[in-house]
Amino acid sequence: MPKYDWPKMTDRQVIGKRISRVDGNDKVTGKAKYNSDVNLPGMLYAKFLRCPFPHARVTSIDISEAEQIPGVKAVKVIQGPGKEIHWALDDIAVVAAVDEATAEDAIRQIKVQYEKLPHLVNEDDPQKAGNRLKEPSQQTKGNPDQAFLEADVVIEGEYGIPVITHCCLEPHGQVIDWKENSMTVYQSTQNVSGTANQYSQPLETPASNIRVIQDYIGGGFGSKFSADSWGLETAQLAKKTGRPVRNFLERDAELFVAGTRPSGFAKIKVGARKDGTLTAWQADSWGTSGLQGGGVSMQVLPYVINPPNVRKKHTGIGTNTGAARAWRAPNHPQTCWLTFAALDDLAAKLNIDPLDFYRKNLNLTERPDLYEKQLEKAAELMGWQKKWHPRGSQTGPIKQGLGLAFHTWGGRGHDSTVKLLIDPDGSVSVSLATQDIGTGTLTEIAKVVAETFG
Amino acid sequence: MGKDQKPETKHSLEVSRRGFLTGAGAVISSSIVAGTESLQGARHPSGVNVFGPAKVSMTIKINGIQRTVELEPRITLLDALRSDLDLTGAKKVCDRGTCGSCTVMIDDKPAYACSILAIEAQNKDVRTIEGLAQGNNLHPVQQAFVENDAQQCGYCTPGMVMACKALLDKHPNPTLEQIKLGLGGNLCRCGTYAGITEAVLESSRNQTSRVLKEGGPHA
Repeated sequence: MPKYDWPKMTDRQVIGKRISRVDGNDKVTGKAKYNSDVNLPGMLYAKFLRCPFPHARVTSIDISEAEQIPGVKAVKVIQGPGKEIHWALDDIAVVAAVDEATAEDAIRQIKVQYEKLPHLVNEDDPQKAGNRLKEPSQQTKGNPDQAFLEADVVIEGEYGIPVITHCCLEPHGQVIDWKENSMTVYQSTQNVSGTANQYSQPLETPASNIRVIQDYIGGGFGSKFSADSWGLETAQLAKKTGRPVRNFLERDAELFVAGTRPSGFAKIKVGARKDGTLTAWQADSWGTSGLQGGGVSMQVLPYVINPPNVRKKHTGIGTNTGAARAWRAPNHPQTCWLTFAALDDLAAKLNIDPLDFYRKNLNLTERPDLYEKQLEKAAELMGWQKKWHPRGSQTGPIKQGLGLAFHTWGGRGHDSTVKLLIDPDGSVSVSLATQDIGTGTLTEIAKVVAETFG
Repeated sequence: MGKDQKPETKHSLEVSRRGFLTGAGAVISSSIVAGTESLQGARHPSGVNVFGPAKVSMTIKINGIQRTVELEPRITLLDALRSDLDLTGAKKVCDRGTCGSCTVMIDDKPAYACSILAIEAQNKDVRTIEGLAQGNNLHPVQQAFVENDAQQCGYCTPGMVMACKALLDKHPNPTLEQIKLGLGGNLCRCGTYAGITEAVLESSRNQTSRVLKEGGPHA
């Protein structure tokens, strides 16, 4: 591979310049076709019957009336008698019909009986979690007990950040166009290149016969990597009926089953010397990622700043809620909050400006020089000196405050392979399997190619 | 009462969330009592016309063109636009009058297409995002969206653009407070509000007051 270096920053013609999105016009005119906008001739609409209970066992199901409704082309039981359902709105049965309203009618005609089972959906108090508490894991570094004894100032508090949902505006879903032994998948996905393989085995179709189309995606935020159970069911319906089938989740299902971010709660104790030197950290944390327990990872707690003496213990709590999914820098936002909320409290008790407090402790981070510069810039942009004020210096019921925190993530650029076509008129077109999730990938790829070709 | 006159009766459903919700009971029973003069429904003993539950023919003026569709009376304007007319600019996000992604103009007022039935949109002037640009010439609000990068994933954008257009029709030189209020019914998950606010301010500066007063290129 020939060696190629980017032109110097000052000599670059396109990269680093402000350019309007190449797809901006399509997005503002409604011409941009998202996969949820795909209407194919003869397309059927899939609807799922969903369990209304967070924990139950299906005792009986009767789909015979639903099957009789004119316009209904297929009815399938997904989780029948005997199946234990572990979270609300999980799939029980699916219907494919000529339009959405008919599919809804059919869903209403399915008769299911459930045996309700004990459930837990709220994990903010571990005292109430009973047998849902998982085996805790623990780590210790240095001598936290000694460090707390020697600390001049210690704060203790309980901090927490609940489960939240991705809430992509375009719900999860797909249109599957099945033709003989091949299929086209119009799926709202941030994993274009990894999607065909997910359908291949369940549909008994070689991945090379599966085409995945994704022109526009209405948000993903980490939650749209999988074909999902509903995607595979939709594909099976398309294969069975021989017609294109569309399934996009309703908003309630989107919020219940299509991904959450793990929660993190913690009793935190932090110690420091009078001069603000951080010496000890202890956190007893808990949270949930759904049925398996989990919760926020203590591997990145405390976050960015690592005192010499640390004790941490984490307990996962299994809840009857939909499973967690990746969420924009998994674990980092939660541990950022837990860490810097506690450290802000410590700085307040020390009576030190948090900016000075963090500067003082930069040697406990992996990048003291970089963070020094960033803190300086951030303080300038935030107007820190002017706006920050010590706690308790405001009167009246409404108070305003300002805080500082560090954030980090390991994302970076990587090589990729593209198909590049140079036409006789000198125009260049480039193709690669990716998606523009809203961050301007399409535009940036065009910029990189333009810069490369001068 | 003539075809073009709006019946000023209690059946004249306002395009509002509350209006829709109070009317929704009739939808669920899968037939509807509507103040629609252009359809002849079955005469109910109570003296009102009843339509459905089967499909009925209805004509809706969309972007200046009369479109005739066969739909069950329970179908929303949003579903009719997206599924039956392939006008997919308006998006179905919450389907309950909360997010604004389905915003269209009905008789020059912004409205949630998910919260009005298609049958109710007869005899009204429906404008969707597809009808806002004139050929390749973007409406000034659309142009300002592109130039101020007032979008990321773009899924809220069509509804947001329509809400901005409606806002500028009403307040050609809006204050920040008016912008916040005017766009309060539209949500963006990516968080492009700063760009959108900039786009509104810029198009209010750039647009001639003539275009604004006339309600844009489609007035």
